[in-house]
Amino acid sequence: MERDPAGSMFDTDELVINMGPQHPATHGVLRVVLKLDGEKVVDADVVIGYLHRGVEKLTESRDWTQIVLLTDRLDYVASAAANLAYVETVEKLMSIEVPRRARYLRTILAELQRLASHLVWLGSHAMDIGAITVFLYCLRERELILDLFEEFCGARLTYNSLRIGGLPQDIPSGWLPKVLRFCDVQDEKLVEYETLLTHNRIWLQRTRGIGVISGEAAVAVGLCGPTLRGSGVGRDVRKDEPYAAYAEIPFDVPVGASGDTYDRYLVRLEEMRQSTRILRQAVEGLPEGPVMAKVPRLIKPPAGETYHANESPKGEIGFFIASDGKSTSPYRLRVRPPSFCNLQALPQLVRGHLVADVIAIIGTIDIVLGEVDR
Amino acid sequence: MIDLIVLPLIKIVFVLTGVLITVMYLVLLERKVQAWVQARLGPMRVGPHGVLQPVADVVKLFIKEDLTPARAEKWVFTLAPIIVLVPALIAFAVIPFGPEVNLFGRPVPLYITDLNVGLLYIVSVAALGVYGIILGGWSSNSKYPLLGSLRSSAQLISYELAVTLTFVSVILASGSLSMVQIVEAQRQNGVWFAFVQPVALFIYAVGALAETNRNPFDLPEAESELVAGFHTEYSGMRFALFFLAEYTNMIVVSAVATTLFFGGWLRPFPNVEALWFLGFVPAWIWFTLKTFVLLYVFLWIRATLPRYRYDQLMALGWKWLIPLAIANIVVTAAVKVVLGS
Amino acid sequence: MGEAIAFYTLAALILGFGVMVITARNTVHSVLFLVANFLFVAALYVLLGAQFLAVIQVIVYAGGIVVLYLFVVMLVNLKRPPEAHRDRRRKSGLGLAISLVVLAEIVAIAAFAVVQPAHLTGPKAALPPEAANNVEQVGWLLYTQYLVPFEVASMLLLVAMVGAIVLARREL
Repeated sequence: MERDPAGSMFDTDELVINMGPQHPATHGVLRVVLKLDGEKVVDADVVIGYLHRGVEKLTESRDWTQIVLLTDRLDYVASAAANLAYVETVEKLMSIEVPRRARYLRTILAELQRLASHLVWLGSHAMDIGAITVFLYCLRERELILDLFEEFCGARLTYNSLRIGGLPQDIPSGWLPKVLRFCDVQDEKLVEYETLLTHNRIWLQRTRGIGVISGEAAVAVGLCGPTLRGSGVGRDVRKDEPYAAYAEIPFDVPVGASGDTYDRYLVRLEEMRQSTRILRQAVEGLPEGPVMAKVPRLIKPPAGETYHANESPKGEIGFFIASDGKSTSPYRLRVRPPSFCNLQALPQLVRGHLVADVIAIIGTIDIVLGEVDR
Repeated sequence: MIDLIVLPLIKIVFVLTGVLITVMYLVLLERKVQAWVQARLGPMRVGPHGVLQPVADVVKLFIKEDLTPARAEKWVFTLAPIIVLVPALIAFAVIPFGPEVNLFGRPVPLYITDLNVGLLYIVSVAALGVYGIILGGWSSNSKYPLLGSLRSSAQLISYELAVTLTFVSVILASGSLSMVQIVEAQRQNGVWFAFVQPVALFIYAVGALAETNRNPFDLPEAESELVAGFHTEYSGMRFALFFLAEYTNMIVVSAVATTLFFGGWLRPFPNVEALWFLGFVPAWIWFTLKTFVLLYVFLWIRATLPRYRYDQLMALGWKWLIPLAIANIVVTAAVKVVLGS
Repeated sequence: MGEAIAFYTLAALILGFGVMVITARNTVHSVLFLVANFLFVAALYVLLGAQFLAVIQVIVYAGGIVVLYLFVVMLVNLKRPPEAHRDRRRKSGLGLAISLVVLAEIVAIAAFAVVQPAHLTGPKAALPPEAANNVEQVGWLLYTQYLVPFEVASMLLLVAMVGAIVLARREL
């Protein structure tokens, strides 16, 4: 910071402020050390690890089916997404072909998860910026999704809903019409959220031009998911490397223009609309058949290593698994967590903004500490 | 003797008790209204439908441990909440709840006093309230509260300017600084000043939200910002005083708006004879009703709008509201000269 | 009688708080005593029948200017303790001499006032025709007899504001 002689009388010191790890708006145990010049953020240092539970090491002493439980607790807001990425990686390693019905059902579960995660994101983001009512409305819709999951697998948050080779059981009767009805409710309520936020001038002032990152810079720092798509880069694993039933279901991938918080907001809202579109098509086109492939009782993938990625609501979640072919646990499992990679961009995004914007930017990156710290 | 001392004392007791009870129930009302907007119910356990919740809150605040941060300035730390609350309460001295009525054979005006500079008196006590906030933040001897208090007080003085300028235009329209005279002027003109001075009303509404630190201008207190701002270090009784002061300010601001813009204690269409039956409702009920409608608008806005960032807030006040208020004064004065009234 | 009691009480309070402003160790306490001082001066104005001036005193002086003093006091890091009595930089002699000169002036004015009571020498200020209230009287005077000082004061304030903004912005 250069000091001009005329202003030397009024020089202020750099203030170092600590946000978190216990802070109402950091969405978990995240610590951000901000260097401030007055109210402008000069630099930000992100300190993570408060939620590190050693998940990757734990997988080395669990067998392959038990690891699905561990993946639940990575992104606990969208468990089924991590479940799916993991089981598909193992299936890739074992060259298992999942029956078509299972793939469609998996797509339905994944999209329901995307909606649930985006609803939580929208609610908490809006609440941080002051529109507290949106939070309650989003959670109201999310309750419907949680009810659907509870009917299917018995849990509301950490689902353990998938198995290597398919699903543990078929969907209960009457579940599909409920999904369709939920889609209708969701589309209707999305209009409500938009009315409250999208054209509200206070919302625009708080999100336009905040946390801007260009497409190239985003790719350079390794962003993924809606955070990347908001900057104009149209990468979506569902389109680029289709998995589950995505190759058979047409949908659009929204892309933002200017890479600011407002664009990421619009991208995620549009993704929610596309999710209901995918859900409807998946329900209509659900084939009959088994939900589980012929898989050996004891899962022992052959020796080898592979990497497979999915598009979780937060971004590209990938699993790298190395198996030695002999034991019932992986030799090494590594998660490529989207939130962790996205969080790396935080210092870049907040530089030059005010303290109040830091909250908005943390919200717009949409992190879950379970994923960041593992 | 009676008129000079006893009667005002009785009125003061009445008004203070009424205000404090209203404040307590305003807190409950806020929680309920917010809850209903947000598709939930709010406090329901304490008393039927949560009606006794304020009592529980008061008891809780009273019995909380009295914490003073280690290096805080003892005296000023205790003084700060008092400095915020007292001006808010004494503002009620000039608020007219109703006209003169006959009670027990003597004419009793339903206001504690009618200062000839009543409106400016309210501005002056509001100006004094700022001290409590600054001192509250400073005396906690901690970074966060100090920053929060400075921002909050800067916000207050900026919007105070805009609000005082709208008062000037209302004074131009009514020709007097006395609160009672302003209501009288509205009765004589037969129209509420809300219609005569809509721009002033708009500026006042925005300024009132900022003056009382309410959404969308509640950044200094927002939990997601610098923790709780200037009252981070306060707990128990002292926090209760800050809390009370905020809601009392809301009531003062709504009462002032009712008096200045919505005809005070007058019934709707006071000069229309055909609606004489409305006169059966006592004047102070009209006043209370109007004030509560305005308070409800406060709560409604809190449930709906996002929050302004601090610099946007200040830009709004200085770059938009103050010039608009000045322009409004000029136009009002010009119209008055032209109409010769 | 009642007025005399009120006047002397207020005067004592005003002077007392004035002394406390100077002698307080902590600058913030000083400022708070200054506020109290101004509030009692406003009470004095009310006693004199100038209610408008009293309210303006509170709004502008106690509620505006002293708040700014408080901001500055809190933001500027006053690390230097107040000068001790033995501090060599303290020019006690000069201070005492100046205070004595001022005291002599005040005594001279008071004595002169007793000997030759003041009376209005200038023409009586024209007041608005009707028996108007405080505000109208002040307004009338400001805009007729004291128009030039009024405008000069506004220009002064404008210059001060512009200067403050220029100083606060490092880049223009």
